[in-house]
Amino acid sequence: MYMKLEGKKRIWAEYQKEIPDDHFFYVRSCIRQTFFAGSEQVFLKILRDDLGKDIFEDPRHTTCTGIGYHGDVVPFETIQAVVARHFALATEAGYKNIAISCVTSFGIYSEILETWKHFPETLERTREDLYKATGRTFEIPETISHASDIIYKFRDEIARKAKYNLVDLATGRPLKVVEHIGCHYSKMFPKYGVGGAEFPHVLVGMVESWGGDIIDYPERRHCCGFGFRQYLVQANRGYSISASRKKFESMEPYRPDFIIANCPGCAMFMDRWQYTIKELDDISYGSEGQSIPVLTYEEVAGLVLGYDPWGLGLQYHNVQSLKLMQRMGIKADPAQRFLAKDGTRLPEPANLING
Amino acid sequence: MKGKGKHVIVAGGGVAGMEAAGSLAEMGLRVTLIEKSQDPGGHLLKWHALFPDRRPADEVRGYLRKRIQHENINVITSTVVEKIRHHGHDVVVNLSGGTEERADAVIVATGFDLFDAHRKEEYGYGIYDNVITAADLEEMFNRGKVSRADGSVPSRIGFIHCVGSRDEKVNNNHCSKVCCVSAVKQAIEVRKMLPACEVFCFYMDMRMYGPYYEELYRESQEVHNVNFIRGKVSEASVNINNRLVIKVEDTLAGRPLKMELDLMVLMVGMEMSKTGTRLAEASGLGTGINRFLETGDHHYGNNLSHVKGVFYAGTCTAPMNITDTISHARAAVAETVRYLNGR
Repeated sequence: MYMKLEGKKRIWAEYQKEIPDDHFFYVRSCIRQTFFAGSEQVFLKILRDDLGKDIFEDPRHTTCTGIGYHGDVVPFETIQAVVARHFALATEAGYKNIAISCVTSFGIYSEILETWKHFPETLERTREDLYKATGRTFEIPETISHASDIIYKFRDEIARKAKYNLVDLATGRPLKVVEHIGCHYSKMFPKYGVGGAEFPHVLVGMVESWGGDIIDYPERRHCCGFGFRQYLVQANRGYSISASRKKFESMEPYRPDFIIANCPGCAMFMDRWQYTIKELDDISYGSEGQSIPVLTYEEVAGLVLGYDPWGLGLQYHNVQSLKLMQRMGIKADPAQRFLAKDGTRLPEPANLING
Repeated sequence: MKGKGKHVIVAGGGVAGMEAAGSLAEMGLRVTLIEKSQDPGGHLLKWHALFPDRRPADEVRGYLRKRIQHENINVITSTVVEKIRHHGHDVVVNLSGGTEERADAVIVATGFDLFDAHRKEEYGYGIYDNVITAADLEEMFNRGKVSRADGSVPSRIGFIHCVGSRDEKVNNNHCSKVCCVSAVKQAIEVRKMLPACEVFCFYMDMRMYGPYYEELYRESQEVHNVNFIRGKVSEASVNINNRLVIKVEDTLAGRPLKMELDLMVLMVGMEMSKTGTRLAEASGLGTGINRFLETGDHHYGNNLSHVKGVFYAGTCTAPMNITDTISHARAAVAETVRYLNGR
C-alpha cells in the first residue's frame, strides 16, 4: 500500500520469461494430488475447456523425487536421470513446453537445466545414465513454465470470462489478498520466475486482474516454514510453525480476506498451522475472529470462473472459505460440501475452522 | 621545457580532469577539457560537505573552478569523447556530434558512476518512499532539511554500508573505499541537524584508511552517539504505518535483528563509468577484473595506459577520495609532460 507501482513495474520488466501460448506437457505434483485434489484437475479443465489449449499428460510420469533429494536420500545424479526421463516422455509425445504443477519440481527442473548449461559434462553423463537404465533419449525442452506462470499469462482472458470478481459485493471493496510464492519458484533462480524473487508478479498479476488488492506486509518474503527438513523430521516441526506464525502475525493488522499461494507446501502448511495455532492458543488472524482461508491459484481462478467450490475441493482445507465466498457473492450450500456428485457421502475431515 | 605549447586533451571534467587541466595549463601547455555534462565539476557538484573535516564542498568546487580559468584552457561541455586513436605523432579523438580533435597527448579522466541502487532489489530503492542513497541525502543537506517523503522529521535513520561494493551478487568485488567514511560524516551531520534522531550504521568492516578518518569514526561514537552494528541488511519492507522494517544479523552479538526505520540511506559505491567503459571498448584501452581502466603498471605506472600518448587520471582507474584523485591527476600530468619531453 505504500509501494510505488512504477518502481515495481521497473523490476517486473526485468523478469519477464517466455511462457508459451499452447501445447503443454503437464507434470503433476505428488502432494498436491493429496492435499488439493481439485487444483490440478481444475487447472487442466480451465486450460482445455475455458481457454481451448492443448495440454497432455502421460500416466508414466513419476515423482521427480524432489522431497527425497532435499531430504538427502536421493543423490543429484539420480534425480537428474529421473527428470531426464520426464523429458524423454515429453520428447516421445512431441511436446517442447513443460508445465509443472509443483514448485519443488519447478525448482528441481530449473536447477538441473542450469547445471547442464554450466557443466555440460553432467548432461552427457545423464544422457548416458538414462539410456543405460531405460534405453530412452530426450531433447531438452524449449520452455519450462510453472502452472501458475500459465494462469498468469491467461489472467486477463480469465478475467474476461469471470463470473465473480475478487470484490466484496456488499461494499464494493476489493478483497485484500496476501500473495505467497514458494521459495523454490524464484528465490533460487529469479530469472525463471515472473517478476523475480523480491517483488514477484506471478500471483500479484492474477489478483489485480481479477479485481483484488494485494497486501504488502513486512514478512511477505519470509518462508512459510514448510522446509523439507522441518517437516520430514518431526522434532523440527516447531521451527516450521514458528515461521508460519511470524508471517501470520505480520499480515494480521491488514485483515486479509484470503491468502493465495503457488506452492503445495506453502498452501498446505499455512492452512494447517492456522488450525494448530487456534487449537493451541485460540488465536485467529483474519477479520471478524475468523482464520484466513488459504487457496491455490487454480482454486481462485476456479472461483472467479464460477466453478462449483465443492468441485474445487475447498471443503478439504482446514480453514473453510464460506465467508469469503459469501463476500464474493458465490452461492455455495454447506450441506452439499461432503456429498459426491452421485449423492454418496464423502469422508468429512475433523477440526475444520471458519465453520 | 620542450613540452611547452603542446596540446593535450583531457577527457572528463570532474575533479581529476579539472586538476589535470589546471596543472597542464600552468606549465604552459594548451589544454582542451571535454566534459559530457553542461558544467564541469562531476559528482562534487551535488555534494554538500566533505570528509573528514566536513568542510563545505563549495570550497573545493571553487578551487577547481579557478584551476580551469586559464587562457591556455578551452572547455568544451555537453560533449563526450567517444574514441581515442594514435595517428603518427598525434593522438586523434572522436567526439560526440561527429567532430574530431587532434592533440599531442590525451589524459583520460572519465571518473566513476555511482552504483545504481535499484539493482539491490531487496532494499527497495525506487519502491519504498523512504529508501534513499547517500547522494540523495547530500541533496537534502544542500536544501537544509532532512525529512521523510511525507515531509515529517525522521526519528531513526539507518545507513547501509557497502551497497554495490564487495558484493559478488552484483559482480562488484571491489571496495569503493570512501563509503565508510562518507557514512560516518553523514551520520554526524544528521545527529547535529536532528539531535533527537537515532542513527545506526550497518557495516561489514569499517575501512577508515585515510588521515583523520579513524578520529572521525571515534568522534561519531563518543560525541554524537552514532550506533554501529556489524551486519549486512538482508531485506527491507514497510509495515502498516509506512515505517521501514529491516532484517539484519548483528554478527558481533550473534543475533538476528529486526528494526524499524524512518529513513534508510544506501551507501552506494563506485563503478567504472558507462562513458569510460564505452571509450575503453572503442579505443582498445584495457580494463581490469574490477572493470576500471587497467594501468600500465600497478605499482609504478599507475597513470600509464597501454596506448602511446594516453594517460589516466583519477577514479577511472579505481575508487579514490578527492585528495588522492587530485594527487593522481597531478601525477598524470607529470607522466604526460615526461612523455612529451621525450618525443
